[in-house]
This record gives sequence, C-alpha cells and structure tokens, in this order.
Amino acid sequence: MRRFKRLLPRGRTLVTTVPYLWLLLFFLVPFVIVLKISFSQSAIAMPPYEPLLHWASEKMLQVQLNLGNFAFLVEDNLYWKSYLNSIFVAGVSTLLCLLIGYPMAYAMARSNPSTRNILLLLAVLPFFTSFLLRVYAWIGLLKNNGLVNNALMAMGVIDEPIQMLQTDFAVYIGMVYSYLPFMLLPLYSNLEKMDLTLLEAAADLGCKPWQAFVKVTLPLSLPGVIAGCLLVFIPAVGEFVIPSLLGDPGMLMIGKVLWTEFFNNRDWPVASAVAIALLLFLVLPIMYLDRAQNAANEEGERT
Amino acid sequence: MQGRSWFRTLSLIVGFAFLYIPIASLIVYSFNASKLVTVWGGFSTKWYGALLQNDQILGAAWLSLRVAAISATVAVVLGTLAGMVLARFGPFKGRTLFSGLTTAPLVMPEVITGLSLLLLFVTMEQLIGWPAGRGMTTIIIAHVTLTMAYVTVIVQSRLTQMDESLEEAAMDLGARPWKVFFLITLPIIFPALLSGWLLAFTLSLDDLVITSFVAGPGSSTLPMVIFSKVRLGVSPDINALATILVTIVAIGVSIAGVAMSRQQKARERDAQMALAANQQMIESLKKG
Amino acid sequence: MATSPRATQQKFEPWTDPEAKPYVRIEKITKKFGDFVAVDDVSLDIYKKEIFCLLGASGCGKTTLLRMLAGFERPTSGRIYIDGVDMTTIPPYERPVNMMFQSYAVFPHMTVEQNVAFGLKQEGLARAEITRRVGDMLDLVKLGQFAKRKPHQLSGGQRQRVALARALVKKPKLLLLDEPLAALDKKLREHTQFELINIQETLGVTFIVVTHDQEEAMTLSTRVGLMNHGEIVQVGTPSEMYEYPNSRFVAEFIGQVNMFEGKLIEDEPSYVRIGSADLDAPIYVDHGVSSAPGATVWAAVRPEKIQISREKPDDADNWGAGTVRDIAYMGDVSIYLIKLDSGKIVRVTQPNIFRHADDRITWDERVYVHWHATSPVVVTK
Repeated sequence: MRRFKRLLPRGRTLVTTVPYLWLLLFFLVPFVIVLKISFSQSAIAMPPYEPLLHWASEKMLQVQLNLGNFAFLVEDNLYWKSYLNSIFVAGVSTLLCLLIGYPMAYAMARSNPSTRNILLLLAVLPFFTSFLLRVYAWIGLLKNNGLVNNALMAMGVIDEPIQMLQTDFAVYIGMVYSYLPFMLLPLYSNLEKMDLTLLEAAADLGCKPWQAFVKVTLPLSLPGVIAGCLLVFIPAVGEFVIPSLLGDPGMLMIGKVLWTEFFNNRDWPVASAVAIALLLFLVLPIMYLDRAQNAANEEGERT
Repeated sequence: MQGRSWFRTLSLIVGFAFLYIPIASLIVYSFNASKLVTVWGGFSTKWYGALLQNDQILGAAWLSLRVAAISATVAVVLGTLAGMVLARFGPFKGRTLFSGLTTAPLVMPEVITGLSLLLLFVTMEQLIGWPAGRGMTTIIIAHVTLTMAYVTVIVQSRLTQMDESLEEAAMDLGARPWKVFFLITLPIIFPALLSGWLLAFTLSLDDLVITSFVAGPGSSTLPMVIFSKVRLGVSPDINALATILVTIVAIGVSIAGVAMSRQQKARERDAQMALAANQQMIESLKKG
Repeated sequence: MATSPRATQQKFEPWTDPEAKPYVRIEKITKKFGDFVAVDDVSLDIYKKEIFCLLGASGCGKTTLLRMLAGFERPTSGRIYIDGVDMTTIPPYERPVNMMFQSYAVFPHMTVEQNVAFGLKQEGLARAEITRRVGDMLDLVKLGQFAKRKPHQLSGGQRQRVALARALVKKPKLLLLDEPLAALDKKLREHTQFELINIQETLGVTFIVVTHDQEEAMTLSTRVGLMNHGEIVQVGTPSEMYEYPNSRFVAEFIGQVNMFEGKLIEDEPSYVRIGSADLDAPIYVDHGVSSAPGATVWAAVRPEKIQISREKPDDADNWGAGTVRDIAYMGDVSIYLIKLDSGKIVRVTQPNIFRHADDRITWDERVYVHWHATSPVVVTK
C-alpha cells in the first residue's frame, strides 16, 4: 500500500514508529547492553559489575575493555563442554523430533479434511497447556518408582527399576515431547499444501509409491523440514527447564550454566559473555530462519 | 497408497499417545488419595482443597492472570501495528531490521532474552530511575516483547491473505485511511487478532525463564512457584493445579472446535445458497 | 466478432466534433516504478458518456493508468483533469470517480445492502436518502431480493453486480472497471456485457474499462485505446481498429491477420503496388501510402477477405498459389491454412453457407488465394 506514504505521511510514520521503538528499546538495545557488560569486570556491588567508562582524569574518558570474561570462557573447559554438549543434545533432539514428527505430519496431511482439522487441533493442544507442567508430568512417569518402571516390572520385563530420571534419556524425552509441535506445524502446513496430482503424475510415469515419496514428496517438503528443524534446534540449544528438571544435576547445558552464573554465582559479566557466545553461535541459523520466514511472507503477498 | 494407511494410522496413534499419556497421568494422579504419587490410594479430591488454601499459589496465579491479560492486550495492539507495517507499507528505510526484530524473539533462547532484558532494566533504572525495581511492570514489558512477535506473524500472514483491493475499494468509496482500517481491515482480521490474543495470553501465563530474570523479589508468577515446588519433587497439589489448567484449555479448545465446525457447516450452506442464487439469476436473465 | 449493440444506435461520435470538450483529459502522463516505466507519456481525451476501453496484454500499463485515474497511484509526471478539474494529486476518497475492482472487492462482513450503502454513508447523507438510493440501485441491477444476504451467499455474477451497484450509487462522474467480466463464465459474460451497456445508457455515466480481451473491448466500447509497453499505440472505434490498423502490432493484436512483407514498386497518390517475396503476384492496393521510397512496408489482409479457388485467378495482382495444409471446421466458418510455394502460411476463413457440399476444397489440394484491391491495409511499422 504505497499510497499510505503520500496520503497519510504522519499516520504512517506513527504506525511504524510505535512498534519499531518498542522493539529497538526492549529487544535490540538490551543486546548492546549485554555486549557491554560482557566486557566489564565483576564486582561486589549492585549491579555487580564495574562500569566500562571511567573518568580517568578530569576530562579524559577512558574505556576499559575487559576481555577477561571471554578468555575465561576459552580457558575453563566447563564452558567448552557445555557448549558442545548443548549443541549435541539439541541436534539429537531435533533429529528425534524429525523422525517422529515427519510420519505424524504426513499422516495428518493425508487424512481426510474433517479429521485433519481435529488432528491439527490435537497436535497444537499440548502447546497451549503449561510447558512446565508437561515436563513435570515426565518426572512422575520416569521416576524409579514411577509409572514406566512400575509397568515394566509388573509385566516382568525388568526385576528392578531402571534409572531413567536424571539421565540424558529423560532429557531427550522431555525435549522431543516439548518441541514436537514446533516440528509438526511447519511440516504439516508444507505437506498439506502439496499438490497431490504430482504423486499421481509420478505414479502415471512409472514410480512406485515409495519412489514417488522419495523423489517427489520428500524434496518438496524440504523447506518445511528445514524450518521445523531450526525451530526446534535454536531454542533447544539454550534450553534450561528440561535439563534442570529431568537431567542429571551435573549435566552440562549452556542454558543451565548461564542461569547458574547469573543466579547462583551472581557473576553478571560472565553470564553476559556466555550469552554473547551463545548468540554468536546461533546468529546464523536465526538469520536464515528469518530470511526464510520473510520469503514465505512475500510469497504469500504475491499470490 | 492404500497399503500404507496402516503405517500412517500407527504413526498417528504412537505420536498422539506420546503427547497425551503424560497429561493423562497428571490428571489421574491428581485424584489420588495417597501422597505418594505413584501409589494409588483411592479416589480423593483433597489436593484440590489443599490447592485452594494455598495462598502462595493463589496469589501467584492471580498475578500471572493479570500479567497475561495486560501483556496480551498490549502485544495485540503493537503486533497489529507491526503486522500492518510489514504487510501493507511496502519497502521503507530500515524495513529489513524491523522485520528481523519482529521475528527474532520467536526463536531466541529464553535465557538470552531474559538476561538481556534484565540488564536493560537495571541500566535504565541507573540512568533515568525507571522502572524502579523489578516487578509486575518489568514482567509485562518482557512478556509483551516476547508475545508481540507471535501476534505480528499471525496478523501479517492474515493481512497478506486478505485481498488488498477491499481496502482500496473502501478508500475509493470515500473512506479516509483511518476509517478504512476501523471499518474494513479490523473487522475482517478480527478472528486473527483474537487467536493472537489467546496465544499471547497462554505464552505469558506459561513463561518461566524470562520471567525469572525480570521478576522482583515480591513478584513470583505461577510458573515460578510451580518450578520451585517441582524442583523439590513431585507434589500432588501441583497435579491438581495441572488438571485445572488442562481442563480450562480443553474447554476453550472444544468451544473453538465447535465454532469451527459450525462455521464449516455455515460455509457449506452458503455455498449451496450461492449455487441456487446463481440458477435463479440465470433463469431471470433468460426471461428478461 | 460479435456485432456491437452500438451499431444499431444513432450516431454518437463526440470525438469527431472539434467543438466538443473532453470530459476526462489525460495529459502527458508518465509513471515509473523505480527504473521501470509502466506508463510512458500517455495523452488521451475521453468524452462524456463514452465507454472507453483500454486494451492490452498484461503488463502493458493499462491497469496502472486506471489506478492513476482512481487515485491509487500518483503519476511521475503529467496531469489528469476530470470535468475540467485537476485531479492529479487528489486522494481517492475525494475524487468523483469510482471503481469496480477485478476481484470485485465486496466487503465480506457486510450484507449486500450495507455494501452498497457504504459509500453514501461516507458522504454523510441522511438515512432516508441512503435507503432510497440503495433500493433503487439494487432494483436496477436486479439484486433487490438479495439485499440482506452476505457476499459468500452470492454467486460470482451477483457479487459483480454488488460491486457495480456500490460504485454507481455514488453517482460518479467517471466509473472505472478493471477487467469487469474476466471472472464470469462465458454464458454469463455475454448477458452481462449487454446489461452493462444498458445500465450505462440509463445512467449516462462515463465508463473507462480495462481489459485484455479484445472481443470484450470491441463489443462494449465506443472507442478503444490499445496499449503496448506503456504507450497508447492507437485510439479508434472498434471498426477503425479492425479495418484501419496503423501498425503491424495493432493489426495482429486485434483479430487474425496475414502479413505480407514487401517493398513499394509503384507509388502513386491513388494506388500502390507492392512486391513481396511471399507471393507470386504483386499486391495492388487502391489507396496511396505515405512512405519513403524503397522502405519496407507490410500489407495486412484479414482471413475472411481472402478467397480460395482451384483455378488460377484472372487478375495480374493479389494472388498466390499453394497447398492446403490444414482445415479446422468451426461450425459457422472453416479455417484453411494454406502453404504458399514461397513457404509462407496463409490463413483463410470461409463461411459454411451450405450444410452439405461434396465439392469442398480438401487437404493437400493445389489452390490459389486471392483478394480484392480494397482488402489489404498497408502499414509502415
């Protein structure tokens, strides 16, 4: 609507400015501050860090850039290990989500239209119930005297309970459970849009159903797969709640480390440095997802 | 394709069982008389009674509801503006940054968003003395920032689906731009705003990590209280709380489902009416 | 080509009257989107009560020109006057111009009645006045019984009428119609064409119609403006456009045509003779042509103006010999594709006057094509 520019310059500017300013102030500026604090010295004060800018002499403004926090991250292999472990856990969780989510999304998209809506509703319903309580539910299921162990023992599969809670297994369960809808939705909307006559054409040209799937459906659903994977992977890397509730207390996850540095050690500069390092790692996938999202929107605009 | 249907059914059953068994177990054990969550001690509603007497939980729930209602409302206003800008204003200087800022909160790990917002609030307090301390205001600001991203995406995609010539037609018929927005655009995208509001409300009600960063000492929201209790182990009154929340959501969703199927039926009826109307018109044209 | 219902009416040709004042004046309008020139220095005069069709392929700039008349786009340069008033910078909601959109843009959340009343409410008219005018208008477009319905309970044709009524009820000085019939099925389209003309005559509103469908343009319009690459290439009545195209582009865009390329070999004020490698004989045309000597010219001959025979024509000019390559039976006419000895394919249509003819020319026969000296039109570009 190019016309808004001419017809209502003030209204248009106002409409743009309000959300823009909000996002600049409460989303962009905070990152600048985090960056700033990641370069400052920890101190016992409130707030617990030294200012970056010093009035060194009367009229000399001195900037003290302290790279110590980042050096600390590099030297202490706790951080290295947490980063790598977070990426590994997030990667495995993404893969598991994809393995479970793809057949589900496929089955949903190919069921008849009336059941399709109900299934979609069922798939997003858990998303609307408390994330925390859903993770909590798994504690009751996975405990040593929890439902799963009790059931297995009652069936005679095992004689004594298996330790499941506070293991990586429990974390994967929690991750997949919580992030599955993020995988399902983009996959479903992609598969649902697909022109089914393409499969008929493939069959007509001599493809067996599985060949048609591999050669037609799968490549066409790739954008959905990528979007779903990124939507799961990015937040999973920084996940805090699931490893704290279901994982081993010693499990190294970067979200937990950041939380601990901040709340338990009250070391804000190191926490900021951890955040910056995490952000640097995630900035590429986030930008990619952003671009894909915008491209999809423009696409929608054209049609 | 038919031969594969057992596989599809199976994947649906396994998938949905995985999604729903944990929730079902929460509900079942909320009626367990025994304090030991895993031992069935008979049917009881005593945990619901205990929950209703727990002032800490009730207070936190009340705070969470107020925060969720306010932040969802603000998020819908801001998200609608942002969605309008992205869907209707075409290219302008700073658009790339703007669209990046609107979608980034969707995927940003919560620990980062939470930490950065807290540091902003602390810095602002040092510089201008506002917000004084942390509490409901800072929580609301944080939740608006998070949830307006979702509203923006919903509104933007609804607006791109909407035929732009509807707005042009209104302007052509003499309505000024602001009137066009209130008489045409807003009523048409209203369902999208409603679902945006509900989503924002739910997300706000549910958020733990960001809230923990930006909440002050006296302002614990419901998820914060639940988290501190759950960390100490399973407790049946949390099961009761979960059951209440699940029930509310289930009722809400069934209402939405019924409304949707009604709409579907109405659409089918309308399509038939249109068909009949078409016949009628062709007949009358033939006569005329 | 369907006959225009205007053919039966009394003469309406204000553009031939030097005294007549144009009602809509488009003066050197140019519109650029970045580097792309959508409309390129277009000037047009349109008279009161005309149905003027802007015809062209998609992307030729006709819709942009229409949107500038409505006020949705502002020209990069040039001016637009309606009824003598400069409208160039007036926003759409203050113009005495209304538009019928291609998608109809009927407001889905309002009833038929509310849709039609929308524009009058914006003017702040009294309620009784609005009710009366809406009622009259709905009767005119035969939608009276559907007044309380919502748009999704209507057929496409009815929605089109709502859009028309909604625009006309404002009594605009100028009604703009963007592909008004494109979304209707063929049967309904024909009915609606005639109805549009009737309504236009009843109300005396000036119409400007954008269309890519040349048949629609020919049937509806008093005059056609053919656009290409942002420019108006020819303006004229439907028959002028068909019989006297001013360029190869116009001749080929409107209807079917056989184009013979050649050079003038005799150039007299009252006739010309053109030598073309495509034909066995020269082309003789009974009117003069203004062209530089030796320049390439084209003779355009319409398929229905060509005859086929088994015998060699007696004339020295205007014929060629070839073989029948293809015949398409269309019911009212048959189309013959004849390959001349030069390799040129000529298209000929012959009316099927007799139901049954044993002696019809058939595939692979040797034939001659020939035409009358009045038939070709010579174009120089």
